[in-house]
Amino acid sequence: MSDAIKIKIDGKEIEARLGQTIMQAADEAGIYIPRLCAHPDLKPIGSCRVCTVVVDGRAQAACVKPVMEGMEIMNETPELLQHRRNIIDMMFVEGNHFCMFCEKSGNCELQALAYRFGITAPQYPYQFPEKDVDATHPDIMLDHNRCIMCARCVRASQELDGKNVFQSIGRGFERKIGVDGERALGDTDMAVTDKAADICPVGCIIKKRVGFEVPVGKRIYDKEPIGSDIEGVKS
Amino acid sequence: MSKPRVASTSLAGCFGCHMSLLDIDDRILQLIELVDFDRSPIDDIKHISQRCAIGLIEGGCCNEENVHVLHEFRKNCDILISFGDCATMGGIPAMRNNIPLEECINEAYRDGPTVYNPQGITPQDPEIPLLLDKVYPAHEVVKIDYFLPGCPPSADTLWAALTALLTNQPVELPYELLKYD
Repeated sequence: MSDAIKIKIDGKEIEARLGQTIMQAADEAGIYIPRLCAHPDLKPIGSCRVCTVVVDGRAQAACVKPVMEGMEIMNETPELLQHRRNIIDMMFVEGNHFCMFCEKSGNCELQALAYRFGITAPQYPYQFPEKDVDATHPDIMLDHNRCIMCARCVRASQELDGKNVFQSIGRGFERKIGVDGERALGDTDMAVTDKAADICPVGCIIKKRVGFEVPVGKRIYDKEPIGSDIEGVKS
Repeated sequence: MSKPRVASTSLAGCFGCHMSLLDIDDRILQLIELVDFDRSPIDDIKHISQRCAIGLIEGGCCNEENVHVLHEFRKNCDILISFGDCATMGGIPAMRNNIPLEECINEAYRDGPTVYNPQGITPQDPEIPLLLDKVYPAHEVVKIDYFLPGCPPSADTLWAALTALLTNQPVELPYELLKYD
């Protein structure tokens, strides 16, 4: 193939194709780069910065940066691991993440990353911000306490469902996921079968009446760290 | 040589973490070979009697008495461990943190649907510890050396951490033992 190129991740040479992002190439080679806002079915936006890698000396988001011939990428350096840990810590203190009663616990990507990084407690003070819960929809609940602003639901609703249920509104610490401007979820054309209802990495968008279906011990991240599926591709 | 002493307390918690400690089952016989218990809900000793090697803190701080107890532990223990989600992040009691304290008290003692309190009295006896404005994780009040999250942390988690500390090994929990629920 003419567009086949070679890049290096942490000194290991891997094959990639022009047009791929660093994350796509790494996934195919069985190298896991941690991520939160990235999802294989959605266009990447490089928003959460958890997938930050160092490319030829410069920090780049692996989910949006295209590969180029001869790129040298650093992924698992102590600095990058610390940087990713800091982001996860900030997400925990800037929301209200009560894992002990959250339906998503065990299947939550934020929690799974914290487990993978071995975080026992965040290093920053808890903010305990005041957030709303929107339970107006008959089948879906929206709990802003758990939102990490990855905007996966915004993209899934537009790109996959052909709807426009969610938008990002506000700026900075006030930023939040809005529903059709400032309406409630029950007023929208959101359906429980929408892709957007399944795309949330945390417990913010939750389907009603299916909580705690999978017993403890059989949930996705109970036994295997997040990324194990990718690392299992070639190892 | 005398055995290292372990103290434990439950602050703004539900004693579930102490129940999990008892869940180590027959390993408790090995534990009392390794340590002596000082102040703890398990033996009902009310104050720390001498220097302790390890202090186990269940629960965060929701009132001034919790803060006093936590300071007593920090002063008298070489190593303090937050065990359980309430100690590490506030837990269920911290759900009141984004509701003003006055609103919480009114709901509990005046306006709640099952409350009978015609004079509208709220607890004000000087013997009752005053509530703090918020529920604070233990490490936001004193320095905490180790964290064992979980609701509760499993008996295996507590056993792994305690035996590592008591045998001078690094506290490194395997993946299955670090859980937040």
